[in-house]
Amino acid sequence: MTALLVPALLFAVGAWACYKKVDLYAAMAKGAAEGLQTVKRILPPLVVLLSAIAMLRASGALDALSALCAPLLRLLGIPAETAPLLLLRPFSGSGALAVGSELMARFGPDSTLGRTAAVMLGSTETTFYVVGVYFGTLGVKKTRHAVPAALAADLIGFVMAALTVRLFFG
Amino acid sequence: MLMSWIWLGMVSVSILYGAATGNLSAVSAAVTEGAGSAVTLCLGLAGAVCLWSAVMELMAQSGLLAALARLLRPLLRHVYPRGFADPDCAGAVTLNFTANLLGLGNAATPAGLKAASHLARQSPGAASDELCRLVVMNTASVQLIPATVAAVRASLGSAAPFDILPCVWITSLCSVCGGLLVARLLERLHR
Repeated sequence: MTALLVPALLFAVGAWACYKKVDLYAAMAKGAAEGLQTVKRILPPLVVLLSAIAMLRASGALDALSALCAPLLRLLGIPAETAPLLLLRPFSGSGALAVGSELMARFGPDSTLGRTAAVMLGSTETTFYVVGVYFGTLGVKKTRHAVPAALAADLIGFVMAALTVRLFFG
Repeated sequence: MLMSWIWLGMVSVSILYGAATGNLSAVSAAVTEGAGSAVTLCLGLAGAVCLWSAVMELMAQSGLLAALARLLRPLLRHVYPRGFADPDCAGAVTLNFTANLLGLGNAATPAGLKAASHLARQSPGAASDELCRLVVMNTASVQLIPATVAAVRASLGSAAPFDILPCVWITSLCSVCGGLLVARLLERLHR
């Protein structure tokens, strides 16, 4: 089923665009150029962060951190190895991407752990960055319950990521 | 600035922990390995990220963004009853959510900020309830196609990079609804 999903989506969007008389080729080239900007933007911080994360991994500190968080995370049904991802996620998008891809590379993208890390990355945002952009731009100092509620949403996301991957992939 | 401290913290912990466990040579080798793997990763996902960005641009230009916005408008009206009294604000809120859904970050943020400036007027000085809801909806990413993550999985040799889609959708939905629910409960306490 999922094998057909992506090709079918490409065809459907393309056919619809042509029906709507959109210059498909020019639009896609423009979009791809924007995608390249995204990649260009994430490469430098990824270099900086992945070197530090590789050091942490090699020193054994990442495993120690995971072991430390294991009892609490087990209660929530979250694999302990994702602890560094959970800790970095709200602060840094590229940091989370770095830790997450390191986890996927280490345990395999199709492992339960790799999938859990992927779902966590795909369904949460860099909370403090978003909060900073919105309230900073507006100059709102009293953010009231925005931060706790946003962090609660992150936590629910982490728990559900672990739960859904277990349900769908056993 | 925060990330600088986190980075420095990671490096110092690695050195101290590596020295304590006798892993210092591995730590030293990891520095260039990590930097190299960042480049490999980026090159590996560049193609897929560009392609999805192209598809999203096509969706935006062919009116699918607008169609989706029309579909979601009635739903969002319930979350922002006061904001929807102003059609300008309603449009910005809807565009922000829809663009996020399609992963169009470049379109989502300006619309979100415009919506936020409308919602902020509801209670000058402190964040209004509906502004907090907007921030929660933006921090809990709801994305139909998590292109970057799928690209990472593909570059690492996943058999079906998109097989996580149902998990991502259910998880996002739960975290947004859960976040809004928590906001609802907390807004009574934070008067």
